[in-house]
Amino acid sequence: MDRIIKVGMADLNVIAGNGVLVTLGLGSCVGIALYDKTTKTAGLAHIMLPSSKLIKNNQNKAKFADTAVESLLELMMKMKAKKERIVAKIAGGAQMFSFKGSASDFLNIGERNVQATIEVLRQHGIPIVAQDTGGNYGRTIELHAANGILVVRTIGHGVKIL
Amino acid sequence: MLFSVDNLSPLHLDVLKEIGTIGAGNAATSLSKMLNRRIDMKVPEVKIAEFKDVEDLVGGAETPVVGIYLEFKGDISGTILLVLDVISARRITALLLGNADSNALSDDFSEIEVSALEEIGNILTAAYLGAISSFTGLIVKPSVPYFACDMLGAILSVPMIQFGQTSDRAMFIETDLINGTERLRSHFIVVPDMESFTVILNALGVE
Repeated sequence: MDRIIKVGMADLNVIAGNGVLVTLGLGSCVGIALYDKTTKTAGLAHIMLPSSKLIKNNQNKAKFADTAVESLLELMMKMKAKKERIVAKIAGGAQMFSFKGSASDFLNIGERNVQATIEVLRQHGIPIVAQDTGGNYGRTIELHAANGILVVRTIGHGVKIL
Repeated sequence: MLFSVDNLSPLHLDVLKEIGTIGAGNAATSLSKMLNRRIDMKVPEVKIAEFKDVEDLVGGAETPVVGIYLEFKGDISGTILLVLDVISARRITALLLGNADSNALSDDFSEIEVSALEEIGNILTAAYLGAISSFTGLIVKPSVPYFACDMLGAILSVPMIQFGQTSDRAMFIETDLINGTERLRSHFIVVPDMESFTVILNALGVE
């Protein structure tokens, strides 16, 4: 039986060898899954906001796309992962409520989270090998350390294997 | 002092709880009238929790729930989210539309059921905001309601992200509406923006 580690909202974790990192019910948040195939090192973050730079209360590194990716890379490299080998899969960034007209820009937060994540990964030179983002539904994702597979489960929108 | 959920005093909590109680009381009265039956209400619980624990507090991140979301503006602004478990939402639509409760666990709501639930969201949140308004003398206007039925975690992410800009913790008001022997569990997640918190507390004469 594989070890299962839960990653909460604004949380991150890493494992190596075997085991599964799980984050439940991603909505507008984005799940960032990083993987080094050679050392079987897996890292998963559940970010809520695009950038730590615009916000005063930014101590929680797992909450923002920029600081979460940095933290994941640091932790994975401590576990012998090599940055050049690390690839990314991302999921989430939905718009849960369909707003018409006057709604504030906040409501595009899912889309902004996805854009910020893509940009941060590009800056670190980490390729995105799979992506399941957008839409108007929630996702639960599991990252398997043994093979780097990312399973995306939904209610009423099927299961995807990335 | 700029208000923050991270430094709530016991007095602040009492004030919020009191507003919560009156708001939920108003909501129960409105719902009673609409459904034409007596709806009682449990004294609401106001909870402050860390983000990563909130989903478990409300009942599991993957649990399918109905969320009705509104924004409000006026002297204070912010958002309000009403969360109902699917069974409670089904019960309410059945009572309201006079349907047989055939698909008690299905999360596929018809157009008319969605409208009914949006209307319930409208009435409950209007009653709720009305309580704040009559309590404080502040003018508060809600937007139209928006419906979603999906995983709890995904729906909660919407107000949580708003909290997330200023805090690592969130505030929840949980109320059970009681219809005879059955409980309709509802959670109000009220997110005034932080300046509005100060406006509310000032209007009430709380330092």
